[in-house]
Amino acid sequence: MSEMEIKSLEERFNQRIANDEKIEAKDWMPEKYRKTHIRQISQHAHSEIVGMLPEGNWITRCPTLRRKVALLAKVQDEGGHGLYLYSAAETLGISREELIEQLLSGEAKYSSIFNYPALTWADMGAIGWLVDGAAIMNQVALINTSYGPYSRAMIRICKEESFHQRQGYEIMMALMNGTQDQRDMAQDALNRWWWPSLMMFGPRDAESPNTEQSMRWKLKRKTNDELRQAFVDQTVPQAELIGLRIPDDKLKWNEDRKHYDFGDIDWEEFWQVVNGHGPCNKQRLEARRKAHEEGAWVRDAAMAYAEKQSNKPLRVAV
Amino acid sequence: MKDWPLWEVFIRSKNGLEHRHCGSLHAADAQMALENARDVYTRRSEGVSIWVVPSAMITASQPEESAELFDPAADKAYRHPTFYVLPDELKHM
Ligand SMILES: [Fe+2]
Ligand SMILES: [Fe+2]
Repeated sequence: MSEMEIKSLEERFNQRIANDEKIEAKDWMPEKYRKTHIRQISQHAHSEIVGMLPEGNWITRCPTLRRKVALLAKVQDEGGHGLYLYSAAETLGISREELIEQLLSGEAKYSSIFNYPALTWADMGAIGWLVDGAAIMNQVALINTSYGPYSRAMIRICKEESFHQRQGYEIMMALMNGTQDQRDMAQDALNRWWWPSLMMFGPRDAESPNTEQSMRWKLKRKTNDELRQAFVDQTVPQAELIGLRIPDDKLKWNEDRKHYDFGDIDWEEFWQVVNGHGPCNKQRLEARRKAHEEGAWVRDAAMAYAEKQSNKPLRVAV
Repeated sequence: MKDWPLWEVFIRSKNGLEHRHCGSLHAADAQMALENARDVYTRRSEGVSIWVVPSAMITASQPEESAELFDPAADKAYRHPTFYVLPDELKHM
């Protein structure tokens, strides 16, 4: 294809997105659109998968059966979210094998929040309430993104997320209605998860060079700072309602802006964790690698069985 | 390790409605594809029936060719009821 032809294809492509048309897998798309989407969708998928680890770790230690079935269902949902998203990424021409390989080799990124440890039961409350709360904020904004398979995955995911946040808040609420020790435990969890949750929205707009392009492709509908502000505004009253204190001395309602002002994020820490030096980066990847290696014989056995069965007739659908 | 084959999943949400494409998944064989589809796509009773089809078995039209492919339908307004001009007094037709 000549440069001229590509240019006119690109113009038409941009026009389609501007008109709110969706792009589907087999449609022509600029190489950069494809690459950026593979990267973002797969990072999102990896985050769902790695995100199962801090919570999965607590399933056997839930205080009641009610909490246990809820946490089990939530972690199972996150696994499902990872699968929807891997499938969406694969429509762009990358294989599942490559995607997993990128995660396990450490080449691919996933949300930094999952590199923090879940130390107490109250962390299950804080994660559901804050981490899923922040994820919902990001994901709702993506429902109208331009790439069809990504947008459809987001619709399913958002439908499933809302119980995640509610069960987390309910855990915090129960602890705040409990003994002094339980209230302290809830406050301690909020203290540790608050700032990492604000970091989930990514660097400040001024330091986020891809924002403009992503906005044009509707891969972002709101900027990092706008989403972060919306999250703070939404969460502060929720904390107050159950008697929790947000660990930020600068947090204050601003009557002129009609938003909360809040303190400075430790960006040093953010980049440390992104670049692999968070408290659990190593541990998380090792857990994924171990699961992958120890599951290899199951995958091989299933394939061998399928080959053996392939001569037998299938049940016909209609 | 090679990937398990890819399957397309279609779900009938209730009797009376058609099966609708809802996504895809990897599975070693058809039986596993059905079971995985149940776990991945119907955790909240979203379906009463599932079809799984090997993705490789689907023949798809190409977007580049859709202009020619669908062109024959574009200029046939007489296939639509509003093409026929009838008096206003005539109700319900
Ligand atoms: Fe999720
Ligand atoms: Fe979630």
